[in-house]
Amino acid sequence: MSSALLEVRNLRVEFPTRRGTLRAVDDISFSIAPGEVLGVVGESGAGKSLTGAAIIGLLEPPGRIAAGEILLEGRRIDNLPYEELRKIRGRQIGAIFQDPLTSLNPLYRVGDQIIETIRTHLPLSEAQARKRAIDLLQEVGISSAAERVDHYPHQFSGGMRQRVVIALALCAEPRLIVADEPTTALDVSIQAQIITLIKRLCREHKTAVMLVTHDMGVIAETADRVAVMYAGRIAEIGPVRDVVQNAKHPYTQGLMGAIPSIGGAEERLAQIEGSMPRLTAIPPGCAFNPRCPKAFDRCRVDRPEPIPVGTTQVACWLYEDARAKEAVHG
Amino acid sequence: MAEPARMARAPGPLLRVENLTRYFDVSPPLLNRVFEGKGRLYVRAVDGVSFEIDAGETFSLVGESGCGKSTVARLVVGLYQPTRGTIDFEGVDLGSAKARAANPQMQARMQMIFQDPYASLNPRWRVGDIIAEPIRFRRILSGRAAIAERVGALLRQVGLGANDAERYPHEFSGGQRQRISIARALAGEPEFLVCDEPTSALDVSVQAQILNLMKDLQRRLGLTYLFISHNLAVVYHVSSKVGVMYLGRLVEWSETKTLFARPRHPYTRMLLDAIPDLAMSGRARTPVAGEVPSPLNPPSGCSFHPRCPWANERCKSERPEAQRVPGGGAVACHAVEEGRLPEGPAVAPPAIA
Repeated sequence: MSSALLEVRNLRVEFPTRRGTLRAVDDISFSIAPGEVLGVVGESGAGKSLTGAAIIGLLEPPGRIAAGEILLEGRRIDNLPYEELRKIRGRQIGAIFQDPLTSLNPLYRVGDQIIETIRTHLPLSEAQARKRAIDLLQEVGISSAAERVDHYPHQFSGGMRQRVVIALALCAEPRLIVADEPTTALDVSIQAQIITLIKRLCREHKTAVMLVTHDMGVIAETADRVAVMYAGRIAEIGPVRDVVQNAKHPYTQGLMGAIPSIGGAEERLAQIEGSMPRLTAIPPGCAFNPRCPKAFDRCRVDRPEPIPVGTTQVACWLYEDARAKEAVHG
Repeated sequence: MAEPARMARAPGPLLRVENLTRYFDVSPPLLNRVFEGKGRLYVRAVDGVSFEIDAGETFSLVGESGCGKSTVARLVVGLYQPTRGTIDFEGVDLGSAKARAANPQMQARMQMIFQDPYASLNPRWRVGDIIAEPIRFRRILSGRAAIAERVGALLRQVGLGANDAERYPHEFSGGQRQRISIARALAGEPEFLVCDEPTSALDVSVQAQILNLMKDLQRRLGLTYLFISHNLAVVYHVSSKVGVMYLGRLVEWSETKTLFARPRHPYTRMLLDAIPDLAMSGRARTPVAGEVPSPLNPPSGCSFHPRCPWANERCKSERPEAQRVPGGGAVACHAVEEGRLPEGPAVAPPAIA
């Protein structure tokens, strides 16, 4: 796809340890179009946050990109020197993290933090930058922004702090925002406000978003496409409606069944037995095979690669036969 | 396993909480009060909450952070002392420390499961010792072999293996640790379990396992649950009755199906409306303006009035009391009482096939 804003090709993230190399993200590929919201879901340890960190260039050593390429508007950014990457980060890629308290410096007024970021990336004077900071705070829904700009982070509530972080991510008008669990620390009524805000801002600024979360509800409401991750691999990726309502991969099906729904009459939730394998003990073949109710011999030996099934891409041997048949008949 | 012996039970609810109130003193230090003329300052964490739980049912409290739901849980098991109000457990008032100390057999019948399975298990004890502690403390069994056998049975009951007793908590995942917490709670042979956000720290597939386990145990052992959660979908799934808390008060309670199909209180409607819609019916979420005010300085009258679209002068001045409504349940809202609220929409979206 040449129209992609962000393209990730065969990305692999590894952690060298004394007991061998751990592969936290293993050979994943996806792309995000301009203005598109890609949701990345998965349970803890699936590698979703590390994928985000690799794109922003904030992998904590000894974690490193071991293979693959990350392209932003056709330009490779994964092998840039630190200073080059620093210019891109903030200017072209914004970041929103889970905990708004740790992403803000408690010793500086929020206005000064926004102004500093604006002036790092844009050629504006102090006064112009301050005006822009106030406009941004207003845009993210902070009332009496002219006053609030001089307050410290502790004077804001959790939801308001997250709005400040969003303003900070937006201040250089980046093309892509990587949002890692932006609503997880917030109450449900505040969560709705923040999601609505992110959606509105992306529409107005035509910003693409990579939304990393474990909450299927947030994805269903916000994302255009969704990637489901399991043990460092993408199990399924496709348009959000198809994945949520007509999941193909047995893991996605299990995940959807495990979510309690309001109005549902089921007495028991569908449950996936066991838990995600540790990175030190990823089973051969498909990583999901020990928990998969539909696993057969091939799943225990060969690792499935994503193949197109309808509108989605699914990494599962169940669909290989269907595709082969289609090829014969078609 | 051996069923705990049930005493002949007096008719009426298992637990009746009336006008339960807990203030926390957050006053500035004495010298500041003397020299700066500052007064005493209290957080009204729980302010006049009343509800009843029948034996064998699950009563859930939902609300956003800071609404006082966890404080209610801790008051009920006796980890805090109430400022006012009564906690009536099968006709015995456990509302004061003295009453608790005088009724150890009542206290023994309730146990608690905590939110964080990483903080609530002692990392230096073997799992077997963690689970055996209530058995030893209550002198339920004596003799090493008998206790070890009981611990093994408890571990199997929560889906672990008897030989897991030899291991340490760090060797287990979050979901397995929560199973250990449940086994420890069951070791004291309680009838009443207070569960404070037992699945909030867990992944969704593990959450499903724990919720299923809790329901199985309830059916098999006849347990009664007080369930605290902020997740409305989880609450819908597990409870028979639901109470909604806002700023230390119970604003509405009702049968689960009724509450979700016909929410009455404006805050309940708002909460239900804010849930992300998995069925993708295209229903627009109506985000509610404003945030929960500080419990240090709650608004006058009905504490929800600054965010309520139907608030009027009466709501700003007069605090609404809970009124019984036809069809069971109670609501504390002037607008509902006066009938000036439009009938609530049935918010429950269809389940996903």
